[in-house]
Amino acid sequence: MHGFANPKRFLALASWLTPLFLGGGLVLTTGALAWGLFMVPPDRLMGETVRILFLHVPTAWLGMGGWSAIAISSLVFLVWRHPLAAIAARAAALPGLVFTIICLATGSIWGRPTWGTWWVWDGRLTSMLVLAFLYLAYIALAQAAEREGVSPRIPAIFGLLGAINIPIINRSVVWWNSLHQPPSITMGKSAIDAAFLIPLMAAVLGFSLIFGGVVLARMRALLADIQAEARLRRRAMEAA
Amino acid sequence: MSAMKAKHQRLVLILLALVALVGAGLLAAYALRNQASYFYLPEQIRDNPPAVGQAIRLGGMVETGSLKTQPDGVTINFVVTGRDRSRVPVRFAGIAPDLFVEGSGVVAEGRLGPEGTFVADNLLAKHDENYMPRELEGMSEDQARTMAEDTTVGLK
Repeated sequence: MHGFANPKRFLALASWLTPLFLGGGLVLTTGALAWGLFMVPPDRLMGETVRILFLHVPTAWLGMGGWSAIAISSLVFLVWRHPLAAIAARAAALPGLVFTIICLATGSIWGRPTWGTWWVWDGRLTSMLVLAFLYLAYIALAQAAEREGVSPRIPAIFGLLGAINIPIINRSVVWWNSLHQPPSITMGKSAIDAAFLIPLMAAVLGFSLIFGGVVLARMRALLADIQAEARLRRRAMEAA
Repeated sequence: MSAMKAKHQRLVLILLALVALVGAGLLAAYALRNQASYFYLPEQIRDNPPAVGQAIRLGGMVETGSLKTQPDGVTINFVVTGRDRSRVPVRFAGIAPDLFVEGSGVVAEGRLGPEGTFVADNLLAKHDENYMPRELEGMSEDQARTMAEDTTVGLK
């Protein structure tokens, strides 16, 4: 694990993993979405609207997965002080926010024909909206830390604190009466028929690969930024 | 103090802080279990009847065979059931969502009338967690009952 904290070794690994993740993810996601859109049978109650499942569920999981990545990276950064962990946390924030917004938008579009409403303030929808705001706050905080020279420990602490929302999102439909249905997929059990479950799992894997590829690409860009800035600073020192 | 020790000290401190945070979160969630719920169940309305005319939400299963359309064509009557045979009759005039059917979940927004009938201004269909193609629809009575029970897991 410590070996990959070396930026040079990380960059060597990331340079071939990034295109692999992005390419594989795009192929798998396109295939899974086409399968879900054109080949899956309509649901017994929801009919054709069930097809939005293949976009809604993977983006919901990755929206939460993104914050889990921020929290774990922040913990590693705070305890072991690995600079690469702080960069990983910053890199995961933007794709996490994008996936959370896609989840909220597709859920709203799905809610109109099935529940009869675009939005309700129940536990699940509200906690997911809170996650989107937490992402916005984290991104603002991480940028401020970068530009104003504030300690990078502050966004890391915020990343850890915000993780409390993840189990709340997950349990919201079990703890509180909600309009959103309880979880379909629990430990080793699924209430989703195989006709939907298999393309769903393919879409989850495909979107996860895209997520990983975007995080790696952003980490490389952030590292390149830091290197370029260090080089400029050195040159300015030499000129002075 | 050696570097190794500082590292472990940070880890222990952060883990302690996290345990405290999770504990606080769980306590808050437990304290909010009534306030954070989106609707009342029929048995909650039976045990603690709300004031007549107070705006509330009622959620539960639409009793099979209870759905009747009045002669005016827009008013419907049905019964919402919960656990231990609690039932609340509901009246609604308007357009119900497509997924509103007998034996399925519903959330009704409205108020309790003086005669004990819940007068709904709006109906929301509550989907269950089961996804299956239409071909598998012909389930036995037993399967359907199990499914209805599973569906109300979130209503506890």
